[in-house]
Amino acid sequence: MADRNVVIIGSGPAGLTAALYTARANLKPLLVEGLEAGGQLMLTTMVENWPGFRDGIMGPDLMTEMRAQAERFGAEVMQGNVMKVDLQSRPFTMTFANGKSVTTDSLIIATGASARWLEIGSDRKLSGHGVSTCATCDGYFFRGRPIAVVGGGDSALEEAIYLTRFASKVTVVHRRDTLRASKIMQDKAFANPKIEFIWDSEVADVLDGGKGEVESIVVRNLKTGQQTTLPLDGVFIAIGHTPNTSLFVGQIDLDENGYIRTHAGSKTNVEGVFAAGDVQDHIYRQAITAAGSGCMAALDAERYLEGLSHHHPPEAALQTTT
Amino acid sequence: MASEKVKTFTDNNFDDETSKGVVLVDFWAEWCGPCRRLAPTVDALASEFDGRATVAKLNVDENPSVPGRFAVRGIPTLLLFKEGQLAETIVGLRAKEDIAQMIERHLGA
Repeated sequence: MADRNVVIIGSGPAGLTAALYTARANLKPLLVEGLEAGGQLMLTTMVENWPGFRDGIMGPDLMTEMRAQAERFGAEVMQGNVMKVDLQSRPFTMTFANGKSVTTDSLIIATGASARWLEIGSDRKLSGHGVSTCATCDGYFFRGRPIAVVGGGDSALEEAIYLTRFASKVTVVHRRDTLRASKIMQDKAFANPKIEFIWDSEVADVLDGGKGEVESIVVRNLKTGQQTTLPLDGVFIAIGHTPNTSLFVGQIDLDENGYIRTHAGSKTNVEGVFAAGDVQDHIYRQAITAAGSGCMAALDAERYLEGLSHHHPPEAALQTTT
Repeated sequence: MASEKVKTFTDNNFDDETSKGVVLVDFWAEWCGPCRRLAPTVDALASEFDGRATVAKLNVDENPSVPGRFAVRGIPTLLLFKEGQLAETIVGLRAKEDIAQMIERHLGA
């Protein structure tokens, strides 16, 4: 018999909504937080498009509330990381970083996506020394200094606008000559006197002059091939995300970009394994769509468990073994 | 909220406090979401290494000088000092087990 009816991996809006719904269905879910607990909203400031908050809500506050709400109905939230999953045999087994493991009849994968880095090596090497993927964490260190933001989507412009609170100047480097960002963000960015744009260009290198701190970037114009060096103190990278699916390679059907393929709602190709949120969505990627798909996964898991002959009655499910 | 085993370092006491033994310092700030995620890990490490290694936090908002000296421009950052010398740097989030192994490595040598 499995230790659990349902295990949820990931603690962003998808995972916590799945936890809320499965908890209310009396399935006593175990949610494993993961390293980036709370998900991407933990890196944001004001969230203005979460319905129900007309004046917006701070991202970290929203996640604290979601977690408390899931816990209120009996979801067990566990700090830690899943290092290995076995989805070949049933019940499924998850093994944690501390060597312990848990078995479960159903699994909801909500591991989300993490910030993508440039593929040049020097950006990662200087992470924490001038290169960052988190404006709200690191903007503070660039008071009165010139910086760059790489990217052209909503998050890039949001970071650029946020960073003008600190930086003397923010240069947005974007690969194309138009922005992907929403009209409202574009208007805000264009109206901000501290923000400048470099179009049709990519960051070819980040240089530290041997000092261990960012000194300049090399910008390459993709149309002319011309390279220019831009002296600055910080680079914020906002070029999108990659799904956190390395754990499932070879066990779950992934698409060519590494996202989990779902069908008929939240179902994966393995019966009893469901996926929700950014780990299976590269199109919408909103907090609200992640939460919605977390709800779908919870309902799909509940239905699946009802169909299992050995499904524990709720009383038996009260026992925990982790 | 922080465990009492976690020491608080400042610009003023930093050099004294890091001069002896193995010392792990967590650079953090109130407004940093990932720092909040790392806090329970740092608390747990302080209990785990109690009496063997020092685990401390330094608020970068209140203490701008030390982060500047060590070129810390991103948080959370963990610096590990051994006998007053900077021995390791971890930028960003890391599993507790990984950090514990790093501390062990320096305690053993």
